[in-house]
Parts: sequence; C-alpha cells; structure tokens
Amino acid sequence: MSAAMPAASLPPVTVVRQDAHWTDRIAHIALAVVALALVAFLALPLAAILREALQGKEGEFVWFDNFLSYAKTPALLESLWNSVWVSLLVTFITLPLAFGFAYALTRSCMPFKPLFRGITLVPLLAPSLLAAISLIYWFGNQGVLKSWMQAVGISEIYGAPGIVVAECFAVFPHALMILVTALSLSDARLYEAADAMGTSGRRKFFTITLPGAKYGLISAALVTFTLVMTDFGIPKVIGGNFNVLATDVFKLVIGQQDFARGSVVAILLLAPAVLTFAVDKYVSKRQTAMLTARAVPYRPKPSRGYDRLMTLYCCAIAFLVLAMLGMAIFASLASFWPYNLKPSLRHYTMGLVDAEVGVGFINSLKMAAGTAVFGTLLVFCGAYLLEKTRGADGLRGIVRFMAMLPMAVPGLVLGLGYIFFFNEPNNPLNFLYHTMTLLTLCTIVHFYTTGHLTAVTALKALDGEFEAVSASLKVPFYKTFWRVTLPISTPALVDIARYFFINAMTTISAVVFLYSPETKVASIAILNLDEAGETGAAAAMAVLIGIASAIATLLFMALGWWVNKRTQAWRTSSR
Amino acid sequence: MAHDTFLELNHIRKEFGAFVALNDINLQIQKGEFVCFLGPSGCGKTTLLRIIAGLEVQTSGQVLQAGRDISRLPPALRDYGIVFQSYALFPNLSVADNVAYGLVNRKTPRAEINQRVTELVKLVGLPGSEGKYPSQLSGGQQQRIALARALATSPGLLLLDEPLSALDALERLRLRQEIRALQQKLGVTTIMVTHDQEEALTVADRIVVMNHGVIEQVGTPMEVYREAASPFVADFVGKVNMLPGRVVGGQLHVGDLRLAHEGPDREVKIYLRPEDVLARPINDGDEHVFDATIEKIEFLGSYCHVHVNSPALGGNKLTVYLSLNFLSEQSLATGSMLKLRLLPERIKVF
Repeated sequence: MSAAMPAASLPPVTVVRQDAHWTDRIAHIALAVVALALVAFLALPLAAILREALQGKEGEFVWFDNFLSYAKTPALLESLWNSVWVSLLVTFITLPLAFGFAYALTRSCMPFKPLFRGITLVPLLAPSLLAAISLIYWFGNQGVLKSWMQAVGISEIYGAPGIVVAECFAVFPHALMILVTALSLSDARLYEAADAMGTSGRRKFFTITLPGAKYGLISAALVTFTLVMTDFGIPKVIGGNFNVLATDVFKLVIGQQDFARGSVVAILLLAPAVLTFAVDKYVSKRQTAMLTARAVPYRPKPSRGYDRLMTLYCCAIAFLVLAMLGMAIFASLASFWPYNLKPSLRHYTMGLVDAEVGVGFINSLKMAAGTAVFGTLLVFCGAYLLEKTRGADGLRGIVRFMAMLPMAVPGLVLGLGYIFFFNEPNNPLNFLYHTMTLLTLCTIVHFYTTGHLTAVTALKALDGEFEAVSASLKVPFYKTFWRVTLPISTPALVDIARYFFINAMTTISAVVFLYSPETKVASIAILNLDEAGETGAAAAMAVLIGIASAIATLLFMALGWWVNKRTQAWRTSSR
Repeated sequence: MAHDTFLELNHIRKEFGAFVALNDINLQIQKGEFVCFLGPSGCGKTTLLRIIAGLEVQTSGQVLQAGRDISRLPPALRDYGIVFQSYALFPNLSVADNVAYGLVNRKTPRAEINQRVTELVKLVGLPGSEGKYPSQLSGGQQQRIALARALATSPGLLLLDEPLSALDALERLRLRQEIRALQQKLGVTTIMVTHDQEEALTVADRIVVMNHGVIEQVGTPMEVYREAASPFVADFVGKVNMLPGRVVGGQLHVGDLRLAHEGPDREVKIYLRPEDVLARPINDGDEHVFDATIEKIEFLGSYCHVHVNSPALGGNKLTVYLSLNFLSEQSLATGSMLKLRLLPERIKVF
C-alpha cells in the first residue's frame, strides 16, 4: 500500500497525451497570434538594442567595446552618477511623505478622504513635465518665489533642485497608490490581540503596521526609484545643464546619431527596472501569502487630536499639489508672464493654432482611443487564453513571461528598440515606421503589464470550473467566453481601457523617438514648445491634456456605471 | 470483463513531477451503479475523477467508457455531466439559461428546450425558479440547479466532485438523499467524490476507499464497514478500537482474553468496532466476558460513547456504545464497574 513507489521500478511507459479538440486548436492559434505580436513588438525591438550595443560603427561584432568606451567617458559617467543620486534623493523624500498620506487615508478618521485622495491623484492626468513647467513659474528666472528659494541658498531652479522637486510631485501619486493598497491589507484581529495585551500605540506601529506594510514600502521605493531614473520629460524641461541618463540617450541617439552608445545607456537604464521587476515579483509572492481570506479589515476609531493632526498634514500636501497644478493653469491663462497677468486664451490659441498643436492633440486622442480599444482587446484576450484554456504549455510560458516583461522596460528603452528594429530597411514591418499604428502599438506594449495584471485578477476571481462545465456540456470555449466570461468581466475591461487611454494621452518617453511631423502627439508638442521658449503655450497644452484626461476619466466612469447597470444586474439581486 | 461494465479503469497512474498522485488504479463500474470515491484529502480521489472527466490527463493507463477507449479524448468528446463543490453556475445567466446551457448548443428547438428546463427544475425540486439568478438562491438550491444542468443533456455518466461539502449540515443531509433518489429514478451511472464516510455509507452502492494514491478496498458499504480490508479502512470508515495482541499457538491473546485464531505466531493489531462490545445480554458462562471501569461518558443523546478501562485487556482503553436507557437502568456513572463481552467473529486482526 506504499504510494511512494519509486518511478524507476516500473517498466518505462509512454506518457499519455490527450488529443486536442478542434476548439482547443483555435485557442492555441489565438495564443500563438498573441505570442507573435509580443515577439514582434517587444522581444525583437529589445533584441535590436542589444545587437546595436554590441556592434561597432561598421556593424561588426565588438563584444563589450562600447561599454568600455562608455566607462572611459567622464561626462557620461557623471550623468550616471547624477541619475542615481537624484533618484535616491527623490525616493527618500517621497516615500515618507506618501507613507504619511497613505497612513492618514487608511488608518485615521480624517474627514474628506476621497477629496484628499482625488487631489493627489490629479497629477496622473497630465504629463509629468507639468510639474516642471509649474516650478519654472514659481521659482524660475522670472518666478514668483525666486527670492524665497535663493534665501535658502539655492541659486537657481534649473538643474538638480528642479528635477528633484518636480519628480517628487510626479511620483507621489504612484507611491501613494501602492502604499494605500499595502496599508489597506491589514488584519484588525492583530490589533485587537495587541490591545488585549495592553500594547502601546508606538509598539503596535513598529511591530504590526510597519512589518505589514514592509513589502508595500519596498515596492513603492523601487517603483519611485525606477520612475525617476527613467523619466525623460522633467529633466528635459527643467534640467538645464544637469545631465542624466534619460536625456543622454536622447542626445546620443537623436543629436549625435551615436546608436551604439545610446544603446549602452539604454541598457544601463534597463538595469534598475529589471531589478525592480525581479524584487517586486518576489515581494508580491510574499505579500499575498501574508493575508489570509479570514482576515478582518481594520477599521480606524475616531481620535480627535490624532485625526486633526492627520487632516492638517494632508491639507499641507494637498495644498502643495494644488499650488503646483494651480500655477500651471494660472500661467497658461496669463497674457504675458510676468508683466501682464490679465487672463486670456492667447497661449491656447497660440499653441493650438499657430504651433499646430491642434493636430497633435487630435493625434493624441486618436492614439489614446486606439490604445484603449486595441490594447484592451489584446490584453484581455491574452489573459483569457493564458488563464482559461488548456494545452500548448510551452507557448503559455513564453506569453506569460512577455506579458510581465514591459513592466521592466522603461518607455525610453522601448522607443529606442522600436527605432532600431522598425527603421531597418530589410524589416518587412518597416512600412510601420513613423505611422500612428506603430505609436499606438508601442504605447500598448509599454503599458501592457498593468492591463494584463488587472485582467488576470478579474479572471482569477471567476470560478475555475466554468470551462470544465462548458466542455462537459459540449459548448466550445469561445461561446462561454462570449456569454459568460466577457459579460462578467466588463467592469475590468472599462478599467483597463481607461488606464490605457490616460497613459497614452500623457506618455512622452516611448513615443519621443517614433513620431514624424504628421504623427506628432500633443505631449511631444509640449516638449517642442518648451524647447522653443514658449513656456506659456507649453503650460496651456499640458493643462489641456489634463482636462482631456479628466473628461475621459469621467466618461469612462459613466461608461462603467452604464455597463454595470446593463450587465451586472445579477450581482445586486438579493434573495 | 462483465458485459454490463460501463466504466473501466486500467492501470491508471498519475504523477505530478516526482509526486505519484495515483498508482496503478484498476476499477470496474457497472451500468446504473452509484460509486463513491472515499478517502482523506490528498488521497487522489478528485484527481481520479478529473481523469475520468478528461480534465486531468493520466500519466499512463487506460479509461474505457461504454466499451470505447476514451483515454486520450478531450473532455468535450466524452459523455458525462459534472457537478463541482463550487457549483460553478454561470452567475450572469438565469436558472433557465444555466440549465439550458448545454441544450442550446445542440440546436434543440426553443419550445423543446423550455419544456426540458421546466421538467428538470421540477425534478430537482425547484419548480418556478427559472427566472431567478443563482445569487438569489441558497447554496443547496444552487447545487440542485447545477445538478439539473449536468443532467440536462442526459449524459451516460454523472460525476459529482464533493457536491455537498460547501453546504451546511442540514442541507447536506437532505440533498444527499435527494441525489440518491434522483440517481435511482434516472438509473444514471454516478461517481461521487467525498471525504465524508457517513455520506459514502448512506448513498453508495459501492465504495472505493482510497489512500495515498492507491485503492485500499472496493466494496458495498456493509463490506467496507464490516470487512475492512486494511487497518486504514477500518480506521477511516466508522469508529474503531485498536488493541495490541499476540498470536500464540493458534490462540489470540488480548490482555487476559483468549480467542481462537489460526495462523503463525506473531504480534498483531486488533480492530474492534465500539458496537461489537456488548454490555447485554450477558449470561453466566458466556465466553470473552471481562470487567471494566467507566472512565468517561460522552453524552450524545440516545447513545453515549463510554470510555472504559480494563485490567483484563492489559490496561488498554476501549470505547463502547451504550444506550442512555441502559446506563440509567443500571445507574452507571463515571467510576462504575460493568461487565462487557467481545464478539470474536467481528474482530479484525491485522
């Protein structure tokens, strides 16, 4: 009766393989299509960077010569050092600030929580460089508070100080979202047990709260570091002569056409992102294991003094965010900064009509719509095929890996890969170069992972036996997909589409290498306006993108509400 | 192979990496039979069911259904209906749409489908619930609908994967009777996976007791209970006392008691059900009678589990079932002495 009979003692038998049903074959073909798309628009462009980095001027293979020559260029090494210390500094400033804010949101009885949360998330609706433009109006050469800044010993905002402050604003919402999630995953029973043993508040914080949020903190720190390290817009606008890796890539590739060194820098940028990705995967595995289904969510109890302190703190942060946003709006409406502050739409007409940003704006909307529609389609079908169909295990592993990979690839690196790969005259896909289609595809791939994870979470929440039941009833999988899986998942689909849309509107880094005069998008146009010294018009256009994203968000919320009403009637029905 | 064998498993083996989940499973199931796969969690019973359904692929071995080799067929080409512990009802479809799910695909005329749905929801005791959504039903009601959906296409085989485990105790008792009645009415060959021995004993025609990926015993509920083939079965199905003993010269020694027993001299373990130790009737001159002291009485209603200790059993403890009436008639309480008699023909020696 021993079950642990060694396998070797049995005569060798051929392993039984199940025949594939023709509907399984359809699923396999669909999965192969997704895999091909990811290979063509993710794996091969990345491989092109690697190839470029290992090639000499004549296309000969030079091993690591490019890396060595990079290491011997002091100016470039300085950029590396700049990138690292600025990213570290921003991480150290943002993390405690965001943790305090997240703590107030989740662990106090502070009033107006949704309002505070909403205000701090607004910066996500506009391109990150909005913070940089706003800072120029506050502290720039003609800034309102320039004297205050100089009083604390900073001579000018252009350079490291500007980058650090602007990045803090830009990454704050990202860190906040992760920390709010981490702090929400708490088990009230631990606190009750601690109270029963008469534990002090301080001790509870250090023995329960902090360890519980540990993985969230690690994750937020890594995300912050990587975002700052790979951000392009802010250093471009406010960096002055302060060089960082992200601006170096742009200068090397677009300015000096030095593709080999550009790729070397791109690979350096890839390193922290890959590290973040690896640590994050490890961390999320640990995090899920910590919280059991039986955990009771923590409910904060009112405490006047503490709640007031938290409200005060959040007011201060919200005030800073509003000051940043407000200045951008104010400056965009000022007729001629700083001499004539009379409100006018001059910058808007100048930007939209004279500088032809109007076209860029239409392009942005087209690209965002395309990304939202096709991205959602691709992501959801990919996730469904991975989670709910059977067979083709080898292919499955490849697709799963490639779906997670974009999270580790900064937009700048992806965009660079696209130039190398699609600009190659021998590439049959070369016709895509400079087209709106390629911009859209690049954006889809850039933001693929978050959409994929949302879809996977939604699909995992469904009963795992739907497909088994369907098969036993001889109903092909695609009918169940259409009649059951898709209708149940519509709220997740709306979420994914909104995420794609907003990010496509505000992205700069991936598309900065890929546009042509005809396919220039609004976020790039802002960069060009700023470069031309038209800061007012740049501010106006950034605000416009913010408004468009806000309207889109509201529309998506309305769509979500409508979809909910139409398809989720079964959810609310009571017994 | 008997001519009415409906399902036949030959040398089924399943490995998950280095772990052997099922090892050389051989089983024949007759047409119209209700078979339970019974065993502790992790014994491989669900894996075996999923192999029969084609949801899991055996590493080696053969599955025959109605004389057809289905070993390599995908689930959609096999003939069975299945019910899961989680119900797996489509939450966004009404009860009627759920039940009709497999019928719609067969291009059955609408009127016929409606008629069949009405018939099925009536069969499972929920007439008039066609328009409701699953979330409007209780767990037991949802499981009945899942059963109706599985039976809608009149499959030759019904597979039930712990269908009652998610239900509360009362609902579980009621539904298991209904499932049994329905199965007998329809005559559909049925396999139910369960870890609840009481469930298996009450509904099954035959029980397949499994442990660590192998079949320990196959038999009717009575056979499995009375004629346990292994210590595991004796222990897993029902309550049992285990006493150490010794065979010496054709006699079984248990403490001071001597029972006739064939076989070579060896150390043995004796398995004895609590109801096979009698407190009455005991007449003068009866054999295998011994004195015991009551150590603890567990009150369970009309019957009590009485834990006794006896020097005659070498100080081993024993649990016996005694009726409440008997205890009060004899004024027995903790510390009381009483006479008990073993039924030697019921003893299992391993």
